[in-house]
Amino acid sequence: MSSTNTGVLNEVKSVAPINRSKLSFVLGDVVFKFTALFFALVVLMLLIGIVAMLIQGSLPAFQAFGWGFITGNDWDPVQDIYGAWPSLVGTLVAALIAMLIGLPLSFGIAIFITEMAPQWLKRPVGTAVELLAAVPSIIYGMWGLFFFAPFFAAYIQPGLVAVLGPLPIFGVLFQMPTLGGSSGVSVLTAGIVLAIMVIPFMASVMRDVFEIVPGSLRESAYAMGATTWEVVWNVVLPYTKTGVVGGVMLGLGRALGETMAVTFIIGNASQLGSSLLDPGTTIAAKLANEFNEADGLQMDSLVAMGLILFIITFVVLMLSKLMLMRLAASQEGSKT
Amino acid sequence: MNLYTRRKLINTFNMTAAVLTTVVGVMLLSWILIVLIMKGVGAINWTIFTEMTPPPGSAGGLANALVGSLMITMVAVVIGTPIGIMAGTYLAEYGKQSVFAEVVRTINDILLSAPSIIIGVFVYALMVKPMGHFSGWAGAVALAIIVIPVVLRTTENMLSLVPTQMREAAAALGAPKWMVISSVVYKAAIAGMVTGVLLAVARITGETAPLLFTALNNQFWSTDMNDSMANLPVVIFQFAMSPYDDWRELAWAAALLITTLVLVMNILARVLLPENKTR
Amino acid sequence: MSTMAEPQSGKVSFNMAAAVTKKSSGTEQSMAQKVNGVRHVPNGKLILRDVNFFYGNFQGLHDINVSFPERQVTAMIGPSGCGKSTLLRAINRIYDLYPGQRAEGEIVMDGHNMLDKAMDVNQLRAKIGMVFQKPTPFPMSIYDNIAFGVKLYESLSKSDMNDRVEWALRKGAIWDEVKDKLGQAGTALSGGQQQRLCIARSIAVKPEVILFDEPTSALDPLATLKIEELIHELKSEFTVVIVTHNMQQAARVSDYTAFMYMGKMVEYDHTNVIFTMPDKKETEDYITGRFG
Repeated sequence: MSSTNTGVLNEVKSVAPINRSKLSFVLGDVVFKFTALFFALVVLMLLIGIVAMLIQGSLPAFQAFGWGFITGNDWDPVQDIYGAWPSLVGTLVAALIAMLIGLPLSFGIAIFITEMAPQWLKRPVGTAVELLAAVPSIIYGMWGLFFFAPFFAAYIQPGLVAVLGPLPIFGVLFQMPTLGGSSGVSVLTAGIVLAIMVIPFMASVMRDVFEIVPGSLRESAYAMGATTWEVVWNVVLPYTKTGVVGGVMLGLGRALGETMAVTFIIGNASQLGSSLLDPGTTIAAKLANEFNEADGLQMDSLVAMGLILFIITFVVLMLSKLMLMRLAASQEGSKT
Repeated sequence: MNLYTRRKLINTFNMTAAVLTTVVGVMLLSWILIVLIMKGVGAINWTIFTEMTPPPGSAGGLANALVGSLMITMVAVVIGTPIGIMAGTYLAEYGKQSVFAEVVRTINDILLSAPSIIIGVFVYALMVKPMGHFSGWAGAVALAIIVIPVVLRTTENMLSLVPTQMREAAAALGAPKWMVISSVVYKAAIAGMVTGVLLAVARITGETAPLLFTALNNQFWSTDMNDSMANLPVVIFQFAMSPYDDWRELAWAAALLITTLVLVMNILARVLLPENKTR
Repeated sequence: MSTMAEPQSGKVSFNMAAAVTKKSSGTEQSMAQKVNGVRHVPNGKLILRDVNFFYGNFQGLHDINVSFPERQVTAMIGPSGCGKSTLLRAINRIYDLYPGQRAEGEIVMDGHNMLDKAMDVNQLRAKIGMVFQKPTPFPMSIYDNIAFGVKLYESLSKSDMNDRVEWALRKGAIWDEVKDKLGQAGTALSGGQQQRLCIARSIAVKPEVILFDEPTSALDPLATLKIEELIHELKSEFTVVIVTHNMQQAARVSDYTAFMYMGKMVEYDHTNVIFTMPDKKETEDYITGRFG
């Protein structure tokens, strides 16, 4: 151990390594940091690449059809005329149906798990729901095509047409399809299968946010004599509403971009039918079906639809991020 | 009817609805699983692992698709994992709250939720078109792009769970930052990071859309990554959509195989991750 | 790290008289050797001169001038946020890990200015060990916990390393408890054992100074007692600086005590002087529990 001497008090050696500097330390730090930075940049470049490719690939389609491409009704490879409207509407309608059905079901499941299920049932049901969210979407598609669609056509469709068909205005959505009515392949069945696919996902997100509600908040509401429903509706939901909306938006994003579950059962019709029971198509299904055989303007138009789909999911994601950020912010606020 | 009775009635009604929705949900989901198991178990036999995918109208197996899937998945993980881990390390250890880090974080979320078919289109333009043919490499790159954001996010989350004092203690011994990270922080976060990779593998195992335009399919035995390659998801898609019974049988078998694999990996990931870190 | 154009510390020669005239307005000096409440300790192992510390725009330390004696235990006490931990973290430059934190002035050990930018921080830290508030065993075996720091700067043979690990664990007063389970995870030990493992880990790299940042605040009284005994033994070989919020602990383990308040060094003297006849009103108030 070195000893101090009195002389050092007034003079300081500016640089004096204790022993020889280790090159590998300095070099390692630089190399490691820049490797990490480089790969972070790769992620950045990936997205830039995807966006650039989508824009570049879709330019010819927009040049040929202008903004009319979006609202164009025809998809005719023979005459080389393409429009995105039927696929775009199909995408939105199928996702909307998925949300209309999936939302109440996932909400009910989340309430059941967090508020009603006995302790021994909570974990198994919760885990099962989470695991089901991992089942590949192609499985939902196969089940939809071979089991659900025929079942729907045989037992549910006639009832729907008979009950809702005669209604004014709404009735037009529930007319017996002119073609292929017996297969059950339609926009409505695709929406229902999508709903079943996103239920596990949305239900587990909702359960997660419901569980962050402090126990004391729940208990104080119960202590005032509130019923379970009143606690859920007036305490739990307001406390977590942005988180719930964020989770729903993520589910919506999935429903919009889903390919396999839809391609099997939507029927892949190029024309937009007026009834929900007519076959239709979505952007993702159209891409899956035609991309490999397409070239020229048809390929460009498909890429252009990919761009539209990407923009829609991007907007949905940003909205959900915004919601989740607000939830995080309100939680921070309530902690202090 | 007084107010209290009305409140009780509303409560009973809504709670019954919650139970009913759970029952309906569970019934639908078990319907899917039961169908999958019944159809799949009936179709699975030893020849699945030994014979090639057959031409229409004859029996066969899935051997080439299994090997293809395995190779494509492995290459995808080998490409995607280091990128995801290093980029996640950058965000957690270097970038932190900087503007650049926040931008990368947001971009990662976009990649995470981008429709997988778009990634297929991207890799088609990036690799298939310039090379002039479909290839296993292209399929692997497409899946790697799905692996990266999953691994990145879990890596970042797991690294930020490591207490700051652990880093300080290692630095206080004279370790340079890269060694603090590689020998101490990674060791502390390893279980979570492996979970992330496992979840990523589970995710790409069932991915079909990105492979449609990249690896496509190959009816024959091929381990050449430079050529179009058979893989389970695309085989399921093509065979299930076909009118041939033999093919549909095989599709169900493949579907059961894939789902089992995915579920096993998810369960493994849960077991691996300590309870306190799952929340 | 420092972005502002301050005069570089290495070139400023220290002038005690200037420091006195600058700050001694109106403060009484009871002893000739005490300047502005701070006792001058000749031949200090660590000599701090005009040390200022900044968290971004917030100044955490103001003109600290003090000298810590070799092979003695110096305790730093004061209310929360007084800057005692900040001062400790400045000594081994652990603050370097965080952008926006910077120190000015000089911290001299054996004639070298630690705050010099050209100083190799890693080697500096190898000379100055640090033990933290919460035990921080690395997620590896007990053996590897000790060997980790040693491997950084020395390449020892297997048997030399075994000897070193045993030596360090003995110094850390934990050898007898862990000698049969060196391969087990360090995290499996009890809190007090973990803390002694961390102390042994610091000792293993043969530092000259060991910094303790409230090392017992997460431990039970019995474990605390063991750590205090250990610190007492360590001073025969190491220079020890300990931050504590526990005044009894400071009185028990230290030879010198520094009282800090609002980022300033209020008083520094022999521990018995601080606790029995402090010069400053603030010190007395704090010691007697009238504030803080």
